[in-house]
Parts: sequence; structure tokens; C-alpha cells
Amino acid sequence: MLTVTVNGDTRQVPAPLTLAGLLEHLGLDPRTVVVEQNRAIVRRPALAETPVAEGDVIELVHFVGGG
Amino acid sequence: MSTTAPEVIAHAADTPLVIGGQSFHSRLLVGTGKYRDNAEMVRALDASGADVVTVAVRRVDLDRTKEQGVLYHLPADRYFLLANTAGCYTADEAIRYARLGREAGFNEWVKLEVIGDKETLLPDTDGLLVATRTLVKEGFQVLAYTNDDLITALRLEEAGCAAVMPLASPIGSGLGLLNPYSIRTIKSRLSVPIIVDAGVGTASDACVTMEQGVDGILMNTALAEAADPVLMAWAMRRAVEAGRAAWRAGRMPRRETAVPSSPTTGMLR
Repeated sequence: MLTVTVNGDTRQVPAPLTLAGLLEHLGLDPRTVVVEQNRAIVRRPALAETPVAEGDVIELVHFVGGG
Repeated sequence: MSTTAPEVIAHAADTPLVIGGQSFHSRLLVGTGKYRDNAEMVRALDASGADVVTVAVRRVDLDRTKEQGVLYHLPADRYFLLANTAGCYTADEAIRYARLGREAGFNEWVKLEVIGDKETLLPDTDGLLVATRTLVKEGFQVLAYTNDDLITALRLEEAGCAAVMPLASPIGSGLGLLNPYSIRTIKSRLSVPIIVDAGVGTASDACVTMEQGVDGILMNTALAEAADPVLMAWAMRRAVEAGRAAWRAGRMPRRETAVPSSPTTGMLR
């Protein structure tokens, strides 16, 4: 297991894991989510080949209503 | 019902709103926040006739299964998405949100907000200029939310903004256009489009704002917090069109004296 921070909360996730795998694990559609790993945006095509590492700080964002 | 003659419709035809090389039919841009529900928002957006809609970038709520993203309700072939950096208080934070928005939205546009004060939500113009310069270098089309200060507006234009967006009055206040003179001055001195952003409360505010000669208006709360957002969107669409047409028509001079509208000759003796 890996300990990572996702959207501010500490979580245990199975290892090994890619960012695409993390989204799947969380039940999120990669087409609707933007992934930031340790302050760097990981573009969609790279999600499947980018590993999640111990201690990663990951932000998962999307568009919500706003003015 | 009377119909308008085709030649009158042709006479009234306006040029499109062009920002950063993109043409838009509507001069009313609208936000998607604070609606009671998505169905009402969708109907209000439709009634507004807007082409450009703003959205915010926020964390996905991992504990909720409910669909909460807004993208599903905004068909890509109908609306041009403008991601904002609302809630950002530093240039660095706004730059981070702009980059995330670019990834989420498939375009390079950002409604840039760097807020300087929680009470008034007035912009931090230093931070705004810093963020603008960085984002312009990165290829963003920056639409900068600013106050009604001419000097800041000039600097934003120099920094490469695609549009400058001075406020009518504070965000969400509905106080209407507080300083028409400042807005007219900004419009007269800048070449990039001027979109008045924030503060419009009702249709007359929108009309008076467009009568200053600005290129468009961006609003959210005036629609979302109306008792009937769909009807208010319908009214705002017409108010923006009316104000724009009145400005193009060129208003009569203001006079301190009365001038009769009917002939003063030919009166009975």
C-alpha cells in the first residue's frame, strides 16, 4: 500500500498504481478530471504511464458552476 | 402582431463581439454559479442567449457520488467555456488555477481574478498584473477582472490582455453601474474589448452599462439570484441588446431647457 494525499485527505491506495489507476480506484472518469501531482499537471495521455509514489500530493479538480 | 421589416432588421444588425480572434454573437456573457439547480441554470443560460459561460475550477468531492461537475450541462457545441480563477488571492494561486482550467476546458482562455480583499472582493491589481504577464507568456487569452481604474486598465492592455473587465460595482452586490464616467474613460482609451464584469443587478443596469459604449457585460448573480432566473435572463438579453443599439444610435444631447416636439407655428388664433 501507498500513503498519498488526495484533495487534502490522506489515503491508502494499492501499490503499484498509476494515476489512471488511481482515478479508476476512486471511480472517476479521466475525461472529466484534471490531475495535479506534486504541483505539476499530468496531462490525460500521460496518466496511464505515470506512477503514484509514496507521499505524493495529488489534486483532482474539475469545473463547477462559477461566475 | 406587427412584424419588423427586413430592412429594419438589417439596419439594426450589429458587428460580432471579437475577443482574442474569436467571434461571438451575444454581448452578454454569463456565469454558472449559485443557481438553485442545474435544470434552472440550463434554461436561464438558454434564455440569456449567451455564447460564453464562465466556470470555476474546484476539487472533485471524493465522498459524494452525486454528479457535481458542471460540464455535462454545457454542450461544447453551444457554449464557449471561460474558466475563472475566482477565490484566488495571490498571483501564484491564480496562475495555478488558470493552468488547471486550461487542462479541464480545452481552451487557453481565462477569466483572471486576483482578489485583494475578502469583504469587497475588489481586485489586487498588483497581483493581477503579475499573473497576467506570466499567463500571456504561456499563451493564455487573459480576460482580466479589474476595478474601474483607467491606469490599471491601461497596464493590463500593455501586458497583453485579450479583454479588460472592469467592474460596475462589487461582485454579487447588484448595485449597478456606480461610475459610468470611469467605464467610458476606460472604453475610450483602450483598444481591446471592454467587458463590464460584476455588479449589474437588473435589466436597467445592463442597459445603462451598454449605453456607455462597452463591448459586453458578464454577469452571474443578477440571473442566479433573481426570483425567476429564466425570465431575468430573457430580460437581460434584451437589455444588453437595447443598450448596445442605443449607444450605436447616438443619443440626443442632454439639455437644461425644454424644446417643443410639435411645430410652434400654425397655431389657431
